[in-house]
Amino acid sequence: MASQQRKIAIVTAILAAFAYIVPYSGSFVVLLATRAMTFAILAMSVDLLLGYTGLSSMGQAAYFGVGAYLTAVLATKFHVGLGWDFWLVVPLGILVGAALAALFGLFAIRAGGVYFLMITLALGQCVWGLAYRWNSLTGGDNGINMTGRPSFGLDLGNEVTFFYLVLAFLAGSMLMMYVLVRSPFGQSLAGIRERELRMQILGYNTWLHKYIIFVIAGGFGGLAGVLWAHTNGHVSPETVVLTTSVDSLLMVVLGGAGTLVGATIGTGIVFGLREYLSTLVPWWQYVLGAVYVLTILYLPMGLMGIPSRLRQRFASQGKKEGAKKLATKPS
Amino acid sequence: MLGKLQKILFAGCLGVGVAAAAPAGAEELRIGYIAPVTGIFAQVGKDMVDGFQLYLAEHNNKLGGMDVKFIVEDDQGKPDAGVTKVKKLILQDKVHMFIGGLLASTGYAVAPVSTAEKTLYISSVSSADDLTQRQLGKYPYFLRTSWTSSQPHHALGQWACDQGYKKAVVIAADYAFGYETVGGFQKAFEDCGGKVIQKIWPPLGTKDFGPYIPTIKADTDIIFTTMVGPMALQFPKQLRAAGNSKPILGSGVSYDEFVLPFMGNEVIGDVSALHYSAAIDTPGNQTFVKAYRSKYGKVPGYYSENNYSTAMWIDQAIQRAGGKYPGPEQFIKIMQSIKLDAPRGLVELDENRNPVENVYIKKVEKKKMFGYDKDELWNTVIKTYPHVSQFWTYGKEKFLAQPVYDRDFPPCKYCE
Repeated sequence: MASQQRKIAIVTAILAAFAYIVPYSGSFVVLLATRAMTFAILAMSVDLLLGYTGLSSMGQAAYFGVGAYLTAVLATKFHVGLGWDFWLVVPLGILVGAALAALFGLFAIRAGGVYFLMITLALGQCVWGLAYRWNSLTGGDNGINMTGRPSFGLDLGNEVTFFYLVLAFLAGSMLMMYVLVRSPFGQSLAGIRERELRMQILGYNTWLHKYIIFVIAGGFGGLAGVLWAHTNGHVSPETVVLTTSVDSLLMVVLGGAGTLVGATIGTGIVFGLREYLSTLVPWWQYVLGAVYVLTILYLPMGLMGIPSRLRQRFASQGKKEGAKKLATKPS
Repeated sequence: MLGKLQKILFAGCLGVGVAAAAPAGAEELRIGYIAPVTGIFAQVGKDMVDGFQLYLAEHNNKLGGMDVKFIVEDDQGKPDAGVTKVKKLILQDKVHMFIGGLLASTGYAVAPVSTAEKTLYISSVSSADDLTQRQLGKYPYFLRTSWTSSQPHHALGQWACDQGYKKAVVIAADYAFGYETVGGFQKAFEDCGGKVIQKIWPPLGTKDFGPYIPTIKADTDIIFTTMVGPMALQFPKQLRAAGNSKPILGSGVSYDEFVLPFMGNEVIGDVSALHYSAAIDTPGNQTFVKAYRSKYGKVPGYYSENNYSTAMWIDQAIQRAGGKYPGPEQFIKIMQSIKLDAPRGLVELDENRNPVENVYIKKVEKKKMFGYDKDELWNTVIKTYPHVSQFWTYGKEKFLAQPVYDRDFPPCKYCE
């Protein structure tokens, strides 16, 4: 498992470098990185389902949304979560996300493939509809404006402080998910992804496995939502809209499903193109589109598939050259 | 591993990009502008930007003697993206002020950023009532050069009542802008003795009104509608096709010059209210319409006019400040002291930093205007309510004592 240790070391080193570099690169970059990292937690939760269990969920924005709305409503209506009690809102957000997933899972997990996708999509739209129509609670189309970030000795209103907090959450989430997918439970999920019938014959309760990971993914979605609300200071139905779910799926596919790190990279690239490149050129959407198309065409494993492809290429080249040498050798 | 390497490179590139974009030290006025340049509202976004840029182009890219650096950012019609872009404008481009925002939700989302960053925000389109009403206290660096959603519709309610209409059915898009326009109409209409007997709320983006049209009560005198985007095109067409010939009174945006060229003859005679019409017959407006049309090939709607006159307003304010930007507090004071002679008529700010302006009751007519040789649909002004405030005739105290207009406020007392 030396290669695993090396991978962990590399990821840690990159996160550390990220933590060191970003705060010095201008406050807009800090803001952008914070947004991307928050969203990366959501993308990783999608990866748990898509990459490790083979379930393509189109409704992940729902858990993200309830986390965000919970935070905003508590902060504006009850003044909860703006001091030390922020640390109560975080687990509460996770719980609400998980609880909603537990409810939706009852409907969705029964189906597979396209049907699973359609059911999660429909359930996600229910949450969007609720956010849009329940004016007294959610402010309808206008959304909810939050008055400020929590402050408890640490002032999270400071963008750099908040950046570090989100980075810590990202690293923590990544670690927990990593442990989860490496566990025997995670291994059996991979089994379900590869061949569910065989797992059933082996005696695994595959429904329960899928249900549990669905709930866990919902919990992480809720966590991302809590952070997202504080990142933007504003929650509106746009947070819960279908595009959010689709974006998170695309980010995972772009980075490479089933790698966790890939989801983070995918998020970083999409946010970079969408929110940074768009400040530079008006045709950023073409670039984003081209990146998606090229990835699907040439890198079905996503960007994380590049190293293994390169290795393959070098390996086959080496073989050919070796063969040439043999052929030209005078006998 | 390459993926990770890319990430580092990416962060590095970002850093370099920021360093390169550092602002120059010259005395220039840096104005940030947010509009939906991509997405379903892209065309409206373009009209907004065009309006502002027309003024800049006419004035040698100077406002009040200062060179202008005009930076447009795409908010994609999403409040989240709006917040990010505004922060980019403030933190990276160090703008003196930011302008724009189309949707009410965008206005609500970016206004707190102006407070947090102590940077002036001028809302040149976004019309959410409460920004200059009950929530004004939260946004000391905010002012509006456009309108509140209910402002022209108070006048329309009064006008409808004056025509002798007694009963109205309301059908409007189901979101905050719809509630506020309907609220304004209903309040004034009922205070004058009219009765709103039914309210129908089709969802935003409805294209098939089949389920709604038959439910419209037959004993109504008029139908009041607030439709946006494609809804505005579809509703009158389908209503007439269904054989309903009741007069339509519409929110101004349902018949704005932005949609008017795409409408058919079925809308002739429909009445709407807004603080601008391209058919205002004044020399000032004629010059503006002609200049705009020759440059961009279309008749300007209020999205363009409001931004044009915003630029004009800033021009005069900077001039009065002696050719420099005096900081947000001082700038707002100067803006409040100006009586602007804009294409839309005389405009000035009230103490809540919302315009007091003419409201035009407009009727769609097919005719020739301003010497153009084709018969076209124009919003002919049939009555002008001068100097209309966002509080209509109620007075500030009394108006602000009531809650903001909502789906259930004013309550539908006469609905059965």
